Amino acid sequence: MSTSTIDRLEGSRRAARAAASERAVSRAEGWRRRGPLLPALIFTIIVTQLPFLVTIWYSLRSQNLLRPGEDIFVGLSNYLDIAADSTFRQTALNSVVITLGCVLVAMVLGIVLALLLDRPFAGRSVARTMLITPFLVMPVASSVLWSVALLNPTYGLLNWTLGLVGIEAVDWTSTYPIVAILMALVWQWTPFMMLLVLAGLQAQPKDVLEAASVDGAGPWRTFTSITLPHLRRYIELGVLLGVIYVVNTFDQIYLMTAGGPGTASANLPFYIYQRAFLGFDIGQAAAMGVVVVIATIIVASAALRLIFRSFEVKE
Amino acid sequence: MFRPPRGGSPVRATLAAGAAAVALALSGCAGAGAVGGGEGEQIVVAIVSNPQMQDAISLQDVFRAAHPGVDVRFVSLPENEARAKITASVATGGGEFDVVMISNYETPMWAENGWIENLQPYIDATEGYDADDFVPSVREALSYEDDMYSVPFYGESSFLAYRADLFEEAGLEMPERPTWDDVRELAGELNDPAQDFSGICLRGLAGWGEVMAPMSTAINTFGGGWFDEDWNATLDTPESREAIETYIDTVQSFGQPGAATSGFGDCLTRFAQGQSAMWYDATSMVSTVEDPASSTVAGKVGYAPAPVADTESAGWLYSWSLAIPSTSEHKDAAWDFVSWMTNKEYIELVGEEIGWERVPPGSRLSTYEIPEYAEVSQAYADATLDSMNGATQDSAMTHPVPYPGIQFVGIPEFQDLGTRVGQQMSAAIAGQVPVDEAIAQSQRYADTVAETYRAQEEQ
Amino acid sequence: MSDVTRTSRGRATGGVLTTLTWLLALAFFFPVAWMAATAFKQENQAASDPPTWFFAPTLDQFRAVIEGGSGTYVANSAIATGVSTVLVLLLGIPAAYALSIRPVEKVSDVLFFFISTKMLPVVAVIVPIYVVAGQLKVLDNIWTLVVLYTAMNLPIAVWMMRSFFLEVPGEVLEAASVDGAGLMRTLRSVLMPMVAPGIAATALICVIFAWNEFFFALNLTASRAATVPVLIVSTMTSEGLFLARLCAAALLASLPVIIAGWVAQKQLVRGLSMGAIK
Repeated sequence: MSTSTIDRLEGSRRAARAAASERAVSRAEGWRRRGPLLPALIFTIIVTQLPFLVTIWYSLRSQNLLRPGEDIFVGLSNYLDIAADSTFRQTALNSVVITLGCVLVAMVLGIVLALLLDRPFAGRSVARTMLITPFLVMPVASSVLWSVALLNPTYGLLNWTLGLVGIEAVDWTSTYPIVAILMALVWQWTPFMMLLVLAGLQAQPKDVLEAASVDGAGPWRTFTSITLPHLRRYIELGVLLGVIYVVNTFDQIYLMTAGGPGTASANLPFYIYQRAFLGFDIGQAAAMGVVVVIATIIVASAALRLIFRSFEVKE
Repeated sequence: MFRPPRGGSPVRATLAAGAAAVALALSGCAGAGAVGGGEGEQIVVAIVSNPQMQDAISLQDVFRAAHPGVDVRFVSLPENEARAKITASVATGGGEFDVVMISNYETPMWAENGWIENLQPYIDATEGYDADDFVPSVREALSYEDDMYSVPFYGESSFLAYRADLFEEAGLEMPERPTWDDVRELAGELNDPAQDFSGICLRGLAGWGEVMAPMSTAINTFGGGWFDEDWNATLDTPESREAIETYIDTVQSFGQPGAATSGFGDCLTRFAQGQSAMWYDATSMVSTVEDPASSTVAGKVGYAPAPVADTESAGWLYSWSLAIPSTSEHKDAAWDFVSWMTNKEYIELVGEEIGWERVPPGSRLSTYEIPEYAEVSQAYADATLDSMNGATQDSAMTHPVPYPGIQFVGIPEFQDLGTRVGQQMSAAIAGQVPVDEAIAQSQRYADTVAETYRAQEEQ
Repeated sequence: MSDVTRTSRGRATGGVLTTLTWLLALAFFFPVAWMAATAFKQENQAASDPPTWFFAPTLDQFRAVIEGGSGTYVANSAIATGVSTVLVLLLGIPAAYALSIRPVEKVSDVLFFFISTKMLPVVAVIVPIYVVAGQLKVLDNIWTLVVLYTAMNLPIAVWMMRSFFLEVPGEVLEAASVDGAGLMRTLRSVLMPMVAPGIAATALICVIFAWNEFFFALNLTASRAATVPVLIVSTMTSEGLFLARLCAAALLASLPVIIAGWVAQKQLVRGLSMGAIK
C-alpha cells in the first residue's frame, strides 16, 4: 500500500528536526553540512547558469553568424524586435495551447483509466502494463510513428479507420497540425497522469470508503465528496510536473510538423531553435530565450509554491 | 533487480544500481569503438540523405579499399536538418566535419568568408580529375574568383515529368514548351481525387530549398522576382502575385493531398508509385523515377521543359557539391574522399555496381557520352542538359536583378528569409492563411532584408 | 431490492467496466503493436493503402538497421546514459543527504534553485553551449553529452533522493551514532541499505530521460558521438519508402526503456513524482 509524503512525516521527527535547527549551528558544523552539497550545487551552477549569462550578453548584441564581422552592441533593440514580432506571439500562444491542452486532456483520461484500473479484475497487471507503455516509447520514435504510420494522409492507419465509418481522409499534420501534435503528446502523457492518480487512489484509506457505503452514499457521491478531494494533491502534482515537461516539447514538433504549415504549430522552444539554427540570428534568438526564461520564472514561482505544498518542504 | 542485496554493503548497492543502468543501456550493443577513432586518419562527411548520397554510402567499401589509411564516417540527414547542422558547424568553426555537402548557394559566400578551402590547388594536383569536364554552368556557379571552392556531386535543373502513357491514353499532348496555363489545363483533365490520383505534384513543404525553389521559378517567369535592381522587395508586385496565386491554386486544385507538408521526397514517392500525372521538380528525379526497383512508372514518363509564362525558359540551377571546411585537420584525406566521390570513375562505379539509371546526373559532360548511360537516359538526357544550359538569369528572368541565383537569392539572409516566406506559402497552400496575407507578410520580411542592402547602396 | 439482484447487477456493471478497461488498454497499446508489426514487414507492405494486416514476417529491416552501423549509436547512448547516471548518483546522494539528514540552512532555497533549472527552456542556452563547445573543441564528443545529461538529471535526482532520505527514521541514525559508529560507517551500513531501492528508482528515471534525450544530441553531435535518437532521424531519408526500416529502428531504440519500465513499474511511479508518491 502506498501513502503520500503529505501524510508521511511523523510528529516526532518533525520535533526532532525543529530542535536541531534551533540549536545555533556552529560555523565549522555549517561547512561540514554544506560540504556534501557543494559539488552538486557548483556543478549545476556552472553547467546551467553560466550559459544563461552568456545568453543575456548575446541578447544585447546584433550578431548573425552568416555575416561574420558584424558583432555590435545594440542595447535592447532585439527585445523591441520581439515585441513587434507577431510570430513570436503566435508561437507563445501555441505553447500555452499545446501545454494546457495536453496536460488537461491527459489528466482527464488518466483519471478515467486510473479509476478503471483501481478495480480488481483478471489480468489487471497486464492491462496496466499495456497502458503505461506509451510513456516508455522514445519520444523521437513515437513522433515518427504518429506522423508517418498513423497520421499519413495516404497510408496512415487513422484515416483508414475513419474511412471504415465513412469519414473522408484528413491530412492531419497540415490541416490540424496542433491537434496532430496533441494526439501524440496526450498518448504519451496519459499513462503518466494515470500512474500518479492510481497511486493516489490506492493510498485512499479504505475504512472511510466503507463508512461512506454503509452510510448509503452512492458511488458518484462517494467519488465527488471523498475520492476527488483526496486526489486533489495528486492531480495538482500531475498537472505541475506535466507542465514542466510538456512546455519544453521539441521532439514531436520537430519531427511531426517542423512547426508548420508555416508556423502554425511551432511552440516557443521550436521557434527559438529555428531562429538560432536556421536564421543564425544569435542576438534575436538569445533575446527570445531570455524573454521565455523570465516568463517561465514568473509562472514557475506560482507553480513552485504549489509543488512545495505537495512535497511539504519546510525550513 | 531493484531490491538491495540483503545485508550487502551499501557501496555495492550503489554500484549495482549504476551497473544496472549501464547494463540496461548496453543491452544488445555490439560495442563498436565509439570514443576515439580507429587507426589512421578519421574523416567525418556530412551529407544530405538523398538517394544518390545513400548510394555513395553504400559504396564506401570501395573507397576504403583504395585508401586503407582513411576511416570515413558519414552523417546523413534530411535536407533541412543537414543544412542547419552544416551551416552551424562551418559558421562557428565547430570543426565536426571534414567534408560537407553544400550547394551553389553557399559556395561563393562561404568562399568569400574564408570558411571553406580553395579546392583549385587540389584539383590541379590531381591527375585525371579533369575539372573541365564539369557542366560549365555548374562549374561557374561553384567558383569564387575563378577558383572552384566546391566540386559537384550532381547538378540539376528543373523540368516537368509527365506520364506519357496516360497522356496517350487520354489523347492529350504535352506541348514542346508548356506554359503554366497548359499545365493547369492538363492537370485538370487528369486529376482524379476519388482514385487518390492527382493531376500534378508540386512541393509545398516550407523551406527555401523546398517549396520556394519551384515557386521562385514561377515568380521569375511571370516577370516577378524577390528584389528589383534597386533592392526593393517585389514579392507583392502584380507579376509576382499572379505567379504565387497560380502556383498555389494549381496545387490546391489539382495537387497531391498533404501538399503543404510534401517536399521533394514525398512527391518522389507519390509520382514513382503512379499516383500523379505530372510532377514539376528537379531533373535529378530521374535516378529514382527511372529505376524499376523503386518506381512503378519507369519507362512510362516523358519530360518537358519547366513551365513558362513570359520567359523562354524557367528551370533552376542547383548542384549538391562537396567542400572542405577550413577548420578540417585532415584536408588531404578529405580531398581523397571528395575526389573519389566526384571523379569519372565514381560514375562508372555506380553504373556498374548499382545501375546506370542511378548515376549522379548533371555534374560531368562525359557522363552523357558513356554508351550505357546514353541508353538508359534516352528519355531525359537531352531534357536534362538543355534545362541546365538554359538555367541562366538571362533566359529565366525578364529583368536583371542585383543578386546571383535563379531559384534563390545569393545573400546570407536568404536561408532565413526564404524559409520564412516558405512558411507563409506553405500555410497558404494548407489554407491556414489567405494568399493575400501570406504575400503581404512575405513582402514585409523581404523588405526588412532589403533595407540593409539599400543602405549599403547609398553609402 | 433483494441481495441477489443487486449482486447480479453489480456483476453486469463490473463486466462492462472490465471490457471498457481492456478496450482502452488495447487502444493505447495499439500504436506500439502496430510499430512492432510494421518493423517485420517489407517496405511495400508497410506503406500500403489499405493497410496490410497479414504478411510473412521478415527480419530484413532489423538486419538493415543493425548492419547499417547502429553499433556506434548504441554504444554512445550507453555511455551517455550509463556514465551520466553514475555521475548523477555520485553528486546527488551527498547533496540529498545535506538537504535531509543533516540539513544545511536554507534548504528550500536550494531545492527551489535545483528545480528551477528544470523549468528553464534548454533552447535558451543551446547557442552559448554550442559556441563554447565549438571553441573548446568538444563538439561531437560523447563526454559533452555526459556532462549535459548529468546536469539535466541532477535536480530531479536530488529531489527524489531527498524524499527517500527523509523517510529514514531519525532514531535509527541516532542509535547508530550513540553506538559510536563513525559518520561514514553510519552512512554505509545504516543509511545506504535503507535508501537503496530509492536510489534504484532514481537511476531508472535518469536512465529513461538520458536514453531518450534528443535535443542536445541533435545539436551537439555529428557522427562520433551521435546517439540512438539521432540514428532514428538519420533513418528518415528523403528516399520515400522507409517506413518499415524506420519502425524497426524505432522499436529497437525504445526497447531497453520499455522493458526497464515494465520490470520496474513501482519505482517508475515513485520516480515520476520525484519521490512525492511512494
